Amino acid sequence: MAIWLTKDSKVIVQGMTGSEGSKHTRRMLAAGTDIVGGVNPRKAGTTVDFDGAQLPVFANVADAMRETGANVTVIFVPPQFTKGAVIEAIDAGIPLAVVITEGVPVHDTAAFWAYNVAQGERTRIIGPNCPGIVSPGAANAGIIPADITGAGRIGLVSKSGTLTYQMMYELRDIGFSTCVGIGGDPIIGTTHIDALAAFENDPDTDAIVMIGEIGGDAEERAAEFIKANVTKPVVGYIAGFTAPPGKTMGHAGAIISGSAGTAEAKKTALEAVGVKVGKTPTETARLMREIMSAG
Amino acid sequence: MDLYEYQGRDLFERHGLPVLAGGVATTPEEARAIAERLGGRVVVKAQVKVGGRGKAGGVKLTEGAEETVARATDILGMDIKGHTVHKVMITVTADVAEEYYFSYLLDRANRTFLCIASVAGGMDIEQVAAETPEKVVKAPIDANVGVDAATARRIVTQAGFPAEVTDQAVEIAVDLWQAFVAEDATLVEVNPLAKTAEGGLLLLDAKVSLDENAAFRHPDHEALVDQAAVDPLEQAAKEKDLNYVKLDGEVGIIGNGAGLVMSTLDVVAYAGERHGGVKPANFLDIGGGASAAVMANGLEIVLSDPAVKSVFVNVFGGITACDAVANGIVQALALLEQRGEQVTRPLVVRLDGNNAEAGRAILDGANNPLIQRVDTMDGAAERAAELAAAGV
Repeated sequence: MAIWLTKDSKVIVQGMTGSEGSKHTRRMLAAGTDIVGGVNPRKAGTTVDFDGAQLPVFANVADAMRETGANVTVIFVPPQFTKGAVIEAIDAGIPLAVVITEGVPVHDTAAFWAYNVAQGERTRIIGPNCPGIVSPGAANAGIIPADITGAGRIGLVSKSGTLTYQMMYELRDIGFSTCVGIGGDPIIGTTHIDALAAFENDPDTDAIVMIGEIGGDAEERAAEFIKANVTKPVVGYIAGFTAPPGKTMGHAGAIISGSAGTAEAKKTALEAVGVKVGKTPTETARLMREIMSAG
Repeated sequence: MDLYEYQGRDLFERHGLPVLAGGVATTPEEARAIAERLGGRVVVKAQVKVGGRGKAGGVKLTEGAEETVARATDILGMDIKGHTVHKVMITVTADVAEEYYFSYLLDRANRTFLCIASVAGGMDIEQVAAETPEKVVKAPIDANVGVDAATARRIVTQAGFPAEVTDQAVEIAVDLWQAFVAEDATLVEVNPLAKTAEGGLLLLDAKVSLDENAAFRHPDHEALVDQAAVDPLEQAAKEKDLNYVKLDGEVGIIGNGAGLVMSTLDVVAYAGERHGGVKPANFLDIGGGASAAVMANGLEIVLSDPAVKSVFVNVFGGITACDAVANGIVQALALLEQRGEQVTRPLVVRLDGNNAEAGRAILDGANNPLIQRVDTMDGAAERAAELAAAGV
């Protein structure tokens, strides 16, 4: 078991025929993911060869689901088409949509999120601007390298891609149940809290690493959630202590506005509810290692 | 991107919202021309992206062109909380009877938009909300429904706007929402929204932020960037598609991925505490594909900062293989020499992840005395800080 993505997940790729989409479809297949097709209305009815695997291309997500039983879509379409692609996935009622695309206007994300809420949140959206989700040894939906670590019993949720990889690498001897990159945009479909709740309920996860960064107050709200709802040990890391206010640090959402969204405030909030917060990624990994070896 | 007040005023005007007639000047002579065109009493306002300019003497009422020139001369070049005034906005004055507050903004926590309205305008709204929360209405706005007249009327009534301005306020609320959406704004704030002695409503201030991710559908937004305020290194980096932020330290930073680079800045700052207080000199994310050309561009930008005494290249090879990154570093140094750059400052390199051992071997084999390889991120940060402290 794992959260949201398992070996039984059937995955389609929106934007499979594009350069990023095809590159990562190949990698996801190599990681053992059950990819059952792609979506591109202009190439519907054709198939694409991925090292011998013939993947069918469908006109839309609904057709792909009906023909293949797909329950996960990974979205690689360019920013100007992302809102349309996500709404198509929501309309089809797919349970999980992973939005990799970076640079989506926040009005578009707000619109597809509001649309998803209006439809009763049948679709879990991860992202946008995220590396995706991997359940090591089972399946990989997105661009996280699947070979950094094997399966284990740590759950990881992170706003950052490379910090996710770094943490997976540091703890690769212990292994992970699922690693979720939720993305660094101001509005995201899956939050730290959603992942914490899922890991809390996952019998195959024993402890959780939570990686945050400057901007917004998601980490502070996650701290409140942990206090009330999480019994498993949580170790935290926050990036951006030295970031100056008013400057966007790479991720669209990584900005200190006035005095709001500082790393210090997030660390304080997490520590106040008993979460150990590492000063560096390596120290964070060490804190988790101590928890796992104490059993 | 945060706009100046005059840009916000112009934007409001373009969307048919009632603002004061005015113009923007970069010299006292331009201020004179505007004052003469407007005639009578005008207000001269420093254009800085920081609050508290009134208290700092950056807002003056003037009568006639000569006085306007004098006040514009005083204000242009003034320093307000570290911001130099390069422009003044000059508008006609209004006889203000009451001041209200109205804004639309992105509500990250609730993943939606928010309208904030209050009849207690003209002061800091966060303070009003803290001291007299009953005077502030916060209404979530569904992105797909928006603000129609009925929604606007509900908000305006709930906020307690006086009956005689309700219709006007409703119209402004609807038009302002349309401007917010049409411009892909993340904030439009009007404080004060003023009622004049004649009873009309006017947007007397404009605070606007625009979403840079939406630039592809707003080619006109590019012209709103204040080139004079852009750091020249940040500008050079942007032209090369590099994500660079200038900071004020001595250790140049190059990494892949925004989170890892932010983390690198922190780790270097901690190490710097043990080495004379050296700090990171910049944020630079070279992204996923760290080719030789990208690495050379990155190094060139970082090394053009004379404050940089050492460089820390921190790469975790995810999709990118570390051997490619190592080749990139070696070739980048050669490329820089071909471009006539004298590279004399040391590079501390940490490679981990995909093909790290092959990458490390390439760096060792290059036998370049400028390249120092350290295997851990914390250890490399320590070394880079130490070298920077020695080079200061």
